[in-house]
Amino acid sequence: MPEVSMTVNGKPAKGQIEGRTLLVEFIRDNLGLTGTHVGCDTSQCGACVVHVDGRAVKACTIFAAEAEGAEVKTIEGMAEPDGTMHPIQAAFQDHHGLQCGFCTPGMVMSAAALLAENPTPTEAEIRDYLEGNICRCTGYHNIVKAIMAASGQDVSRVAAE
Amino acid sequence: MYAFEIDRPTTLADAVKALGAEESQALGGGQTLIPALKARLAAPARLVALSGVDEIKGICTADDGALCIGGGTSHADVAKGAGAYPALASLAANIGDPAVRNRGTIGGSLANNDPSACYPAAVLASGATVVTTNRQIAADDFFDGMFATALEDGEIITEVRFPVPEKASYQKFDQPASRFALVGVFVAKYPDGVRVAVTGASEDGVFRWSEAEAALSSDFSAGAVEGLSLSGDGMISDLHGSGEYRAHLVGVMTRRAVAAAG
Amino acid sequence: MPKDGGIGASSKRREDVRFLTGTGNYTDDINLRGQAYVHFLRSDVAHGRLEKVDTTDAEGMPGVIRVFTGADFEGVGGIPCGWQVTDRFGEVMQEPAHPVLAQGKVRHVGDPIAAVVAETREQARDAAEAIVLDIEELPAVVDMKAALEDGATKVHDDLTSNLCYDWGFVEENKAAVDEAFGKAAHVTSLELVNNRLIANPMEPRVAVGDYNRASDESTLYTTSQNPHVIRLLMGAFVLGIPEHKLRVVAPDVGGGFGSKIYHYAEEAFCTFAARALNRPVKWTSTRSEAFMSDAHGRDHVTKIELALDADNNFTALRTDTHANMGAYLSTFAPCVPTWLHGTLMAGNYKTPLIYVNVKAVFTNTVPVDAYRGAGRPEATYQLERVIDKAARELGVDPIALRRQNFITEFPYATPVAVEYDTGDYHATMDKLEEIADIKGFAARRTESEKRGKLRGLGVNCYIEACGIAPSNLVGQLGARAGLYESATVRVNATGGLTVMTGSHSHGQGHETTFAQVIAEMIGIDADQVDIVHGDTARVPMGMGTYGSRSLAVGGSAMVRATEKIINKARKIAAHLMEASEGDIELKDGQFTVAGTDKSVAWGDVTLAAYVPHNYPLEDIEPGLEETAFYDPANFTYPAGAYACEVEVDPETGRVTIERFAAADDFGNVVNPMIVEGQVHGGLAQGIGQALLEGCAYDENGQLLTGSYMDYAMPRADDVPFYHVDHSCQTPCTHNPLGVKGCGEAGAIGSPPAVVNAVVDALRTGGSNITHIDMPLSPSRVWQAMQG
Repeated sequence: MPEVSMTVNGKPAKGQIEGRTLLVEFIRDNLGLTGTHVGCDTSQCGACVVHVDGRAVKACTIFAAEAEGAEVKTIEGMAEPDGTMHPIQAAFQDHHGLQCGFCTPGMVMSAAALLAENPTPTEAEIRDYLEGNICRCTGYHNIVKAIMAASGQDVSRVAAE
Repeated sequence: MYAFEIDRPTTLADAVKALGAEESQALGGGQTLIPALKARLAAPARLVALSGVDEIKGICTADDGALCIGGGTSHADVAKGAGAYPALASLAANIGDPAVRNRGTIGGSLANNDPSACYPAAVLASGATVVTTNRQIAADDFFDGMFATALEDGEIITEVRFPVPEKASYQKFDQPASRFALVGVFVAKYPDGVRVAVTGASEDGVFRWSEAEAALSSDFSAGAVEGLSLSGDGMISDLHGSGEYRAHLVGVMTRRAVAAAG
Repeated sequence: MPKDGGIGASSKRREDVRFLTGTGNYTDDINLRGQAYVHFLRSDVAHGRLEKVDTTDAEGMPGVIRVFTGADFEGVGGIPCGWQVTDRFGEVMQEPAHPVLAQGKVRHVGDPIAAVVAETREQARDAAEAIVLDIEELPAVVDMKAALEDGATKVHDDLTSNLCYDWGFVEENKAAVDEAFGKAAHVTSLELVNNRLIANPMEPRVAVGDYNRASDESTLYTTSQNPHVIRLLMGAFVLGIPEHKLRVVAPDVGGGFGSKIYHYAEEAFCTFAARALNRPVKWTSTRSEAFMSDAHGRDHVTKIELALDADNNFTALRTDTHANMGAYLSTFAPCVPTWLHGTLMAGNYKTPLIYVNVKAVFTNTVPVDAYRGAGRPEATYQLERVIDKAARELGVDPIALRRQNFITEFPYATPVAVEYDTGDYHATMDKLEEIADIKGFAARRTESEKRGKLRGLGVNCYIEACGIAPSNLVGQLGARAGLYESATVRVNATGGLTVMTGSHSHGQGHETTFAQVIAEMIGIDADQVDIVHGDTARVPMGMGTYGSRSLAVGGSAMVRATEKIINKARKIAAHLMEASEGDIELKDGQFTVAGTDKSVAWGDVTLAAYVPHNYPLEDIEPGLEETAFYDPANFTYPAGAYACEVEVDPETGRVTIERFAAADDFGNVVNPMIVEGQVHGGLAQGIGQALLEGCAYDENGQLLTGSYMDYAMPRADDVPFYHVDHSCQTPCTHNPLGVKGCGEAGAIGSPPAVVNAVVDALRTGGSNITHIDMPLSPSRVWQAMQG
């Protein structure tokens, strides 16, 4: 069985894999980082989004072997070592951007990728960017609001007119 | 997934060699192939991942002005780097979702030739040239019906050369669930005429709408295609739209593309 | 108010930290030492006779531990149904057997035939492919009306037909209703489909069975909304395991929306196989499996007629509905089109005569059961669509027609058996007109038209019956369970509280809101209160979360238990302060004696309870722990008014939601932030039903929408920011918190608003369309516009 090694959340990680082992399986099963979720098998729901070399990727649609040598960041790597949440995580809590929490890790990772590309996105840009992240609980209202807030925008008038 | 081995060559030569083995299959970005493998719709013995082959990635401009995109270039990189051909960059920026665009590649998309994929419309409307490890294939000779192309086993798309048009636009009407093109129309105006390519609609895959091309070549305006219509016969008919509806959308999207191209 | 939030505070959710940092504990995150994996071989035909299931080759495959088939479950019980409906002739419904693994026949695509347990997931799946099946394919029964024709193929050979029941409600009113139609000045009728939906919580179902041979105890970890119900159904009816030997744990659950209420075959299988093999057995559903094994929702075909007098008063209502049960009866399936649907047909209106007929039908499709709203969305949709159509036929304003017929005096006994305790429908409509800016619509329409778009406005009301339910009443109606809720409040010596609730949170935020209630009652900080749920070993018998019942029923149980705590603590405080119990007051965590400056802190009292050195031992026991079971006196009746504005692209038929406003009356509200979040989510699901979602089968019973490639889930760019308001509050009169429930409202109230809006938009475009069936996909809208 081949071995793969990569850096996950700043720490070296390696393990035995099969050719068919997906990155998400390596992360969840080999590394025990169960914050990354699997919600579909057609690469649409986005619950498994992680960053590979700084880019948002669906961890269910990349083989572990392809992440050889890569820098991988998962939801577990977002908060500070002392537990202080990342501003996006904090904004999701402040604005009730999650309910059951299952899509949340992917949402946060996608949001982080968006803000890295576009520091102050408009509502429409956020909604467009989240095309690959499905949430069944929130109706997206508070997710969009949380991302706007995390980007420093005033959300006090959202849907208030 | 069925079990398979995975190779990750870093040079094109090694990739070609690896693909020479029995039951080997190339893996581009994997955004279509991996879901198919999960459904056990394919059973390769060996996958040859092209993601480590840097020499087929990147965007440049050729001496003749054509925009050359490496076959291993991701949709995200085309969206960012194809500024010389804005309609193409815009098309790439609207394929799938951001995470898919970070992995999916132009070569992978063209080799798969999904009848609802976006890139085939751009390649065909641009009269692009598909460069492979073996040869150069003109767009008009490349697509061969749903999920079929002129590619032979083991042949890898290394580059796609797009002549840059004077004006162009791609208009996609999303299938509500998959967000693939229910109908997508790419209109490109060149000095020697207009090309119109349609994806998503036909049971034969991407096609050129010659009637619209003729009309637009003599008068590049939305009005010029106002009266034109396609038959619903031979169009895909499914849960998301009848052949008749798709045929109608081709007309609407063509007009909108011409208007957007300016 | 406690400093970190009592009743009425938008406290941040405490559970969020673990969900946001990837440290939640969902069922698929549970891996037990030595666990094996199961893969279910599912039928790929809708209907067939199982001639042979040959597992010989599969058993020899690498890693295979054992292959199970239906034969292994002979003598084991089947999946039970929790509700028995009696038909209009006094006969009980037809109730087919539902084996854990198919026996004799397969009855829907996805019906499990065999289960392979192996060392790895992929080995189990590899071996499943080596099972040799011989299935004699039979004609599939898909269309409900065809299923009821004479000579139709039967889904269940041992039943007399495909009719589960023919229910009439209220049967005694039928003649009077017919007579009223005969006298009507105007009758509006409408035939419509309430489209089949798939709940699609983002977490697919998972089951992990475990068995401890030393103690003879079984444990099931499962994605459930109600672990005690699973323990009761699976233990008593399927596997014959007494409840004291069976523990069911539903840890963090990633959404449910109804689909995780029911007891599923996979749960029973994993528990059974863990015992048989003496090792843990795990099943994780793929999304593709979920599409063909999670219970579906809705799927009604209805003809509704509304009779009006010459002054436009509603005089009678008559409906004829076919409700799809699918191939087997899921846990609560029979009650959805009956008691959760017929009883709501009065809506917000004083229609004096109503008759509802429902024929429930077996088909070769996945079982259908409750999905967010369950029966009430179906009732609301047909009623609010027919009223809208009547308004247009009569040329009157749809809002005015509704207002004219509103119920205005409470309590109000409807002609369909329920009694609304309180409400103010004009108030919510007034609020809606304000937040939706109905006055500004004309200008917005003009602006849309300038851009070549048709703009429409749709308004509707809704009412729902929540807080399910009075046990003695539902028992008469066929429920095979009680519908109370439980809570144990355990006060620790140092003053902190652990509260075990029978309610279950799978996104609703109980850990936060329930703590707010207790903090308010005692006057301590909410962080002194911990909420425990989802484990039958820790929580007293509870009925779980569905039907917007958690706070109204579970919260009430918790209030009752806390009242007992406070009463006992007051006795202790009286003893400590040498005062009369009647003079003891509790405020801000301090017991005081009225009219004096004496006080003793909450923590001193709790300490005394566990260190009873100075304690009235002759009057009360040491300790401070109380349990309460609360059985509601009535349903609660949240209600409201919704407005949707759409744009239709006349060239493509594409509909976009431009504005959505919801004015709800939920009675009292504990955490406004969470309540609004619940409404948002419901609205997206209702908009999804109206525009995007529709489960489809072909004529052979093949599922056409088997993945997100074809089943359109609402995405962020399909919906707008919503305008929601819950300031109209008529508190529930019969539960201690005055709360009504808010979980389903959005999904119930929103589909008619969307469809009303689209029809309105098309009419302004010159079309005479009166109805389009959901989902209003671009192709359907365009097709309708072609005439």
